[in-house]
Amino acid sequence: MNAEEQANMSVSNLSVVGVNPADLYAMDIGNLMVFDPCATVSSADECLEKARELVQALSDKLYELPASVDKVGRIVTLPPPSTRLPREKPIPKPRPPTKWEQFAQKKGITKRKRSKLEYDDQTDEWRRRHGYKRVNDESEIPWVEAKDTDVPGEDPFEKLKADKKARVAKQEKNQLSNLKAAAKKGGKGALPSTLQLAATSLPLTGSKTPSKRLNKDEIGFAAGLASTATASGGKFDKKLPGEKPSKQSGKYRKFLPVVEGKGGSNKEKEQLGNVLSKVLARHNHDILDVGKAVSKYNVEEESKRAQENQKAGGKGARKFSAKNRSSKKGGLFNRKSGGSRAGGGSKKSAGKVGGSSKRK
Amino acid sequence: MMRIVKPKTKRAKRILEKRAPKLDENPKRLMLLQGTKVSSLIKSVISDLYHLKKAGGNAVKFSKKNDNIRPFEGGGETPLEFLSSKTDCSLFAFGTHSKKRPNNLVIGRMYDHRVLDMIELGIEKYKSITELGGGRKSAPQEGSKPCFAFVGEAFESKPELVHLKEMLLDFFRGEVVESLNVGGLDRVFVCAAAGDKVYLRHCGIELKKAENSKFPRVELVEVGPCLDLTVRRHRKPSDDLRREAMKTPSKTAKKKVKNVKGDSLQGKVGRIYMPKQEVEGMALAKMKGLKRERRQAAVAAAETPSEGNDQPAKADVPAAKKSRV
Repeated sequence: MNAEEQANMSVSNLSVVGVNPADLYAMDIGNLMVFDPCATVSSADECLEKARELVQALSDKLYELPASVDKVGRIVTLPPPSTRLPREKPIPKPRPPTKWEQFAQKKGITKRKRSKLEYDDQTDEWRRRHGYKRVNDESEIPWVEAKDTDVPGEDPFEKLKADKKARVAKQEKNQLSNLKAAAKKGGKGALPSTLQLAATSLPLTGSKTPSKRLNKDEIGFAAGLASTATASGGKFDKKLPGEKPSKQSGKYRKFLPVVEGKGGSNKEKEQLGNVLSKVLARHNHDILDVGKAVSKYNVEEESKRAQENQKAGGKGARKFSAKNRSSKKGGLFNRKSGGSRAGGGSKKSAGKVGGSSKRK
Repeated sequence: MMRIVKPKTKRAKRILEKRAPKLDENPKRLMLLQGTKVSSLIKSVISDLYHLKKAGGNAVKFSKKNDNIRPFEGGGETPLEFLSSKTDCSLFAFGTHSKKRPNNLVIGRMYDHRVLDMIELGIEKYKSITELGGGRKSAPQEGSKPCFAFVGEAFESKPELVHLKEMLLDFFRGEVVESLNVGGLDRVFVCAAAGDKVYLRHCGIELKKAENSKFPRVELVEVGPCLDLTVRRHRKPSDDLRREAMKTPSKTAKKKVKNVKGDSLQGKVGRIYMPKQEVEGMALAKMKGLKRERRQAAVAAAETPSEGNDQPAKADVPAAKKSRV
C-alpha cells in the first residue's frame, strides 16, 4: 500500500508541474515496449515500482486504442512496431527468368490457363491433363498403327517409352542449366529453397578421388587418357577442330638388347653397378649394422662351443639342438603375431606353431 | 558436372520451405548451449530461458559440453554458426563458468547463420522460476506476448546498454502481431539500469479493478527468472552486415481490387459486367408453324394462284440459317 501511495504522489507532483509523466515515456506499442529515460533506480524493489507505473501507462494506452469486443475479450489492433530490428535471413530474391521465359517475353508469348481436365477420345471420358490416369497416356496404348516409314525390327512401344525418357531427360537438362545460370547470376540465394546444386564428378583414374573443380591441366590429362582408350592409342582418332595432340606424360620402358653386341661393354652390368654404387653412396654412414655384427659373432661363438661340447659328450648336445630349433620357430611365430615373448617357454610356442600350421 | 538435389520426401520439402528466407519472417528461434564448465546457477538460467522460449518450438537446448565454442575469439564462433544452420536458430545463449568470468552468459544474434552481435553478461544474483514458484496464481500463459519496461537513462546513453535493450527486445518479443487481446496481457520483462548493474525481472501482470479510472489497475508479481546482471564484453555488428540485416523489403502496393466499391451507407458494392446477349441465336421454343416444311407448304399454297419463283427462294435462306443454329 505504501508503494502505491508513493507512486500516486510522484504522479501528482508531476501533474502539478503540468507534465503528464506518461508523455515522457518512449513507447513502442507494436512491440508492447515502454521506456522511461528519465527515471533512475537504485534498488531492485524500486525498479519494480517504477516498472508498474510504466506498464500501467502502456495498458492505459492499449485500452485507448480502437478495439472490437469479442467473446474472448477486448481485441485491439496494434500499430506496426516502431523499433527496427535486424532480420533473421536475407530478403528473398525473385527467381531469375528461365530461358523459355526470356524467349517467351521476347516473342510476346503469354501464359494461358488450361483446364485440368481434358476429354479423352480413347476412353470416352474426362481425364486429367497430366499425371496419373492422364489423357492420351502412352503407357496405356493398346496398339500402334503401322506406317510405311516404320523401320522393320523396331518395337514401337519401346520407341514410345524411349522417346518419353528422352523428353524427361531433356527437361531435366534444361532445368539444370536454368538453375546453373540462376546460381551464377544471383548466388546461392537465387535458387529455389528446396533445390540445391551439387557437383558430381567421376574419378579420372582408378579410385583417385576427384577434385571438386578440375583445372585446365587436369582436364587436359583426362582428355589425353580418354584418347588412348582406343586400340591405336588414339593415333587414328578424328580430331576436333582446334584440338591439340595430348601431351604424353610418363615414359615408355626401354629394354636392353637381349644379345650383347660385338665389342660393346657389358651394359647391364654397368647399369646394375651404377644402382649399387648409388645405394651404397646414400647409405654410406650406416653401412655397418653393429647389432647384426654382434649377433653374428655370438652365433659363431656358440656354434663353436657346441661343436666342442659334441666332441666332449652326447647329452648336452641333443638338448642344445632341440632348444636351438624351437627358439628359431618361436622367433618366427613371435614376429608374425607381434608378441614380445621370444625363446622362453619353447615347448609351448612350438606347440602353437604346430597348431597354427595344422589349421592352415 | 552438376546435379540437382531435391528433397526426397514431401516432409523434407515442407521443412526446407519453412526454413527458406521470407518477406514476413518467422519468430526467431533460440538455441541454448553450455561450455565445458558450468555452475549450477548457469545451468538453471539456461533451463529457465528454455522454459520461457520453448512454446511453439522456438527453443532448442543442447546438453552436451562444448569445448570449441569461444564466441569472442577468432574462429571460436564457427561451431555456433554450424549449429545455427542445422537447427535454424538465429538467437543463441551460451553459458560458461570460469575463475576469470564466473557465471557467464553470452547472448547473441545471427543473420543468415552468421554471428551478427553478442553481449556477455555476468550473473551476480539469480532467482529461478522454481524458487519463486512460477508466480503460482499469476503465472503467465506459455507463449503469450510479453510487454517490456526499460527504466534508466543509461539505456539511451551507454552504448552497451543500448545494445542490450535491442537484444532483449529481439530475444523475447516473439511473433509480431496485428491484433491483441488486452485482457490476455500477462507478462512483462522489466529491465532497469542502476549504476553498472542491470536488473532483469520477469513479472506476471495482474489486472485489477481500479477505483477512480475506467481502465484496470496493473499489479506486477515476480514469476522468475530474476537476474542481476553486469555487462562484460560486447561485440557490435559490423557495419555492412548490419546494413544488410536491417534492409526492409519494399512494400509492394496492394493489388487494386477491380469493380468493388463501397461506402459506409451502401457497404460493399460490386459491379458486374454482362456480355451482350445474343438474342438472335437463342434456342427458343419451336412452334409448329415455324417449321420449314410447313412454311414452304404455306408459301407454295400462297403462290399457286400467281406464278413467281423468286420469292420462296428468298424466304428459304434465313430459315436454313436459323435451323443450323
